[in-house]
Amino acid sequence: MPAYNLDVYMPVVILMVIAIVMVVGALLVGKLLRPHNPSELKEQAYECGEDPVGTAWSNFNVRFYVVSLIFIIFDVEGALMFPVAAIFKKFNGIAQGGLVLASLLLFIGVLVSGIVYCWKKGDLDWVKSFTLESYHHDRDQAQAERKTA
Amino acid sequence: MMNDNVVSFFSEAPPYQALNEKLTYLLNFDTRGMMAFVVYFVAAFVVVNVMALIGGLGTYAERKISADIQMRQGPNRVGPFGLLQFLADGVKMIMKEDILPKAADKYLFFIAPILCMVGVFATLAVLPFSSGFTLTHLNIGVFYVLGVSSLVGVGIFLGGYSSNSKWSMLGGMRGASQIISYEVPVTLSIIAMVMLGGGLNFQTIVDGQGGLPHQWFIFHNPFTIISFVVFFIGMLAETNRAPFDLPEAESELVSGYHTEFTGMRFAFFALAEYVEVFVVCGVAAALYLGGYQVPFGLSSLEFLHTKVGLPMAPARMIGQFLEIGGFVTKTVLLYYVVIWIRWTLPRLRVDQLMTLCWKYLTPIALFNLVGIAVWIYLFNGESMWNLVFKTGAAAAGHH
Repeated sequence: MPAYNLDVYMPVVILMVIAIVMVVGALLVGKLLRPHNPSELKEQAYECGEDPVGTAWSNFNVRFYVVSLIFIIFDVEGALMFPVAAIFKKFNGIAQGGLVLASLLLFIGVLVSGIVYCWKKGDLDWVKSFTLESYHHDRDQAQAERKTA
Repeated sequence: MMNDNVVSFFSEAPPYQALNEKLTYLLNFDTRGMMAFVVYFVAAFVVVNVMALIGGLGTYAERKISADIQMRQGPNRVGPFGLLQFLADGVKMIMKEDILPKAADKYLFFIAPILCMVGVFATLAVLPFSSGFTLTHLNIGVFYVLGVSSLVGVGIFLGGYSSNSKWSMLGGMRGASQIISYEVPVTLSIIAMVMLGGGLNFQTIVDGQGGLPHQWFIFHNPFTIISFVVFFIGMLAETNRAPFDLPEAESELVSGYHTEFTGMRFAFFALAEYVEVFVVCGVAAALYLGGYQVPFGLSSLEFLHTKVGLPMAPARMIGQFLEIGGFVTKTVLLYYVVIWIRWTLPRLRVDQLMTLCWKYLTPIALFNLVGIAVWIYLFNGESMWNLVFKTGAAAAGHH
């Protein structure tokens, strides 16, 4: 027997199949039991009783995309730290812990500088904060642009 | 290391081996793989059914506990103490008309609840119920749970997007950003526990702990207590539980991402949510609260077989059931706390949610990670209690 074979992943596949069969099966069985009287009004999107205006697939607040960008950086970092974390204790046992700790701290240091940069830039605020100076600066710039145009 | 998973647990028993030999003789090929598949399938089937039952009872517990907190009766008509309420709800759901909005994306609308269910059920494969009765002990266990449970976030976002309704879209966007944001502090807290346990396998992590509270990882050192708090808050947000239930905030978004879902489709979203709460409570119990460890080694073979004098086979079974009892007790207590929090705290605003995640939990989790790493390096992985006992013993030796 090999040290590690893929048989141990069998339950994963079985569980996924069971989950899919459960949903599809319940919907098919329900088809025999439930009423089916579609009408124009029922098939409208719910908008508090009014006729729906336009589609919901429109442009969305850009904050969500900033959050997802920051997330990707930190999630990849998490994925990269897992192997180091898993071997840390073993290396510590053979007096090599300092090496692992140093590389870990270096890595975390880079990340911390990243989060500090984001914080300073105001990208961690949901509503981007502005000072009175930045407000006046933006207003003057907008006025200057209007004059040249 | 005692048993790897259900198959190796049962394959050590003589009747299993006898049956295997007989089948091999009758069918003329090596039946070990086939037997393993059957055992896996039966075990997975049992686990799924038990979990669906727990999910159903979870909805009952939620209503009963909230009724207790608000001095009401709660469900008390169907069955004794209203215990069968969830079955009545299920029957009602399956009889409801299945409405598909005309403007919706039909395929994504169909796939969204399936993704939620698959993401939750796949995590059950590595949930460590006991040392033997675990479906499988993957060597990447913790990482696998993080990865697969992300499918739920995709399901929630697709549910919101595919409905083509403004409420759903808002709920789905909020859900996606919330789930991915809180994954960062949760991951960082889990990495710290992986360091303490010395591996990604749940069995390795649980075996590194003991049955009594001072042997659990939560009380290993001062940082781990904070780490547990961060993990617990992040876990509430990952499962969209109050006070982080913004994706389905009923007072502002009607019903959030599942506004347009009716009948069984809605039921599967709800079931997935309740089972997921149980799963993450189980993960918290395994990582921080000693998992299936039973105090004083009561579940070990040495105790049950050698000291009490039970025969080998019953001793093994009783030991496993004691371990399951330990695990389920811890998980259900955490489940109770989750429900209790829901009916105690008001909901957060979106900006407060993001501030809490990125400006408080993430820096705290990073600080904890460094603290725990340095602790392991300085004290060679010993817990603070061990250090106290050692210095106490050394001081006593001096006098």
